[in-house]
Amino acid sequence: MKDKLIHSLETFGLTPMVPIVRLASGENPKQQFQDLFEKLGLPLIAIVAFLLLWSVSAANVQTSLGQLPGPSQVLEQYHGLVAEHKEEREKEVAFYERQEARNAKKLAANPDAVVKTRPYTGKPTFFDQILTSLYTVFTGFILGSLIAIPLGVACGLNKRLYSAVSPLIQVLKPVSPLAWLPIVTMVVSAVYVSTDPMFSKSFVTSAITVTLCSMWPTLINTAIGVASIDKDWLNVGRVIRLHWTKQVTKIAIPASLPMIFTGLRISLGIGWMVLIAAEMLAQNPGLGKFVWDEFQNGSSNSLGRIMVAVIVIGIIGYILDWLMLSLQKVISHSTPEGAR
Amino acid sequence: MSHYLDIDHVGIEFPTKNGPFRALQGVDLKIAKGEFISLIGHSGCGKSTVLNIVAGLYGATEGGVVLESKEVSEPGPDRAVVFQNHSLLPWLTAYQNVELAVKEVFKGKLNRSEMHEWIEHNLELVHMSHAMHKRPDEISGGMKQRVGIARALAMQPKVLLMDEPFGALDALTRAHLQDSLMEIQQELNNTVIMITHDVDEAVLLSDRIVMMTNGPAATIGEILKVELERPRNRVVLADNAEYNHYRSQVLKFLYERQRNPAQTEGKKKSVKPRLVGKGEAA
Repeated sequence: MKDKLIHSLETFGLTPMVPIVRLASGENPKQQFQDLFEKLGLPLIAIVAFLLLWSVSAANVQTSLGQLPGPSQVLEQYHGLVAEHKEEREKEVAFYERQEARNAKKLAANPDAVVKTRPYTGKPTFFDQILTSLYTVFTGFILGSLIAIPLGVACGLNKRLYSAVSPLIQVLKPVSPLAWLPIVTMVVSAVYVSTDPMFSKSFVTSAITVTLCSMWPTLINTAIGVASIDKDWLNVGRVIRLHWTKQVTKIAIPASLPMIFTGLRISLGIGWMVLIAAEMLAQNPGLGKFVWDEFQNGSSNSLGRIMVAVIVIGIIGYILDWLMLSLQKVISHSTPEGAR
Repeated sequence: MSHYLDIDHVGIEFPTKNGPFRALQGVDLKIAKGEFISLIGHSGCGKSTVLNIVAGLYGATEGGVVLESKEVSEPGPDRAVVFQNHSLLPWLTAYQNVELAVKEVFKGKLNRSEMHEWIEHNLELVHMSHAMHKRPDEISGGMKQRVGIARALAMQPKVLLMDEPFGALDALTRAHLQDSLMEIQQELNNTVIMITHDVDEAVLLSDRIVMMTNGPAATIGEILKVELERPRNRVVLADNAEYNHYRSQVLKFLYERQRNPAQTEGKKKSVKPRLVGKGEAA
């Protein structure tokens, strides 16, 4: 039971918890405290040191928007953002209540009356923007994976195709999202024309930019993974005369899954980084726009709020990476050494 | 006279950076149904290439392979291969590995429960019933090779091709598997071509031992008919004069007439130790 718990903690990257579990089960306390200090204590000390350094140096920087905020001011701004969010939600609830009451009244007076339900159009709060960002990054990432994995498998199976497209990949891979964005914006404006669009243009533009920048690691890793499959495995498929589609789904993809996942993890990391820049320019209502709006706004609170955003962006990036890593570990556990 | 399997004047050339490399030249061998053939020779002499041509994994440059009056042009389950390093798919259990092959080969011929029975039957044949739901990394090397054999047998091949099936195993496990293989062959009367480095293994298992000359342009040097009565018992045969005579004939061929340039130190009495680095074209 304990070993299982420890194993799953390690799988999910929660190594600081391991000594606590061991300690709770009364396992060699001295060793466990030392472990705990190394895994939990040292990082905490580093964080405290960083916060101190930040607050001391921030006090010495005067900007046109006032003093550079230190940790405590940033925390204050965070509370402000939470309060704003709650207030906005209350307004929204009130709005719908009013609307419902009005409609009910109308219907009571005249059962045939046509009632309108209008959606609430308040301004998105910081937390709404986080959700928008996540939604956008996953759209772009999934779109990219849907292109990159099949193309990667094809490249891995066909050396000639790979050498044909490899220079293209190498050239497109290092292009900055800021360079892609104007092109994507123009193309989306030209191609995505609809009177009742399902998605806003800014969303489509940001997601496609994420796709363009983040798909390359998945593509390359998949190609390498598939190309380096044990030839005997493919020969097994040939001997039993597997149809090529089954050869791909039953042998090539499972065999290269660990490599594909490594690629996906890098891709998602890049996608998240790229997204913020894309949202700033495309004005997609996510974290990037939040930062840009605050910068343009230029109030005395702005710098603090931007710093909240920076920290939140960092933490979300960390969580995304952790999620992918855990997923990768779970997958790799089911495909032992031979498949790597 | 028509033969069950006819390897007819097969030769093969591989393209390399320094021009074509001739691996095999005029390999000619006729095999009867139910015969157990061993191919023996030094590393790099093209034994595996012969096997791969019979399997259809390589195409011969000249000559061809005819099985039951049909020319071999591509790989197929009628020539099942047991690969040297078992090559089980590591994400599937032993059962699933056999199932993958059975589902493909008996598609439309057997129904689900018949397939299930057939898979279990074959795993039983190699004594793997107890561990059939384990994955390859959970079982030993010998067990993996047993599953590999079960997978090949489950295809009901006309010819069973084995590429150094026991090469990577320790001596005891190898002996166990050889005994199992003899039993199975006794029961099913399979036609088998097996590649080996091991002189004892060749003499013990084979009806004929095909000795290959060194490459390049390797070919059959000598064929030794082993007329020991079956069933054979390794312990009894250890002191058998006839057995030892066969053994010494193979050794003489390998170490006097076809000395491997890489082994000129002459300190090796038996070929038993696994010769590592079996070349790609071997």
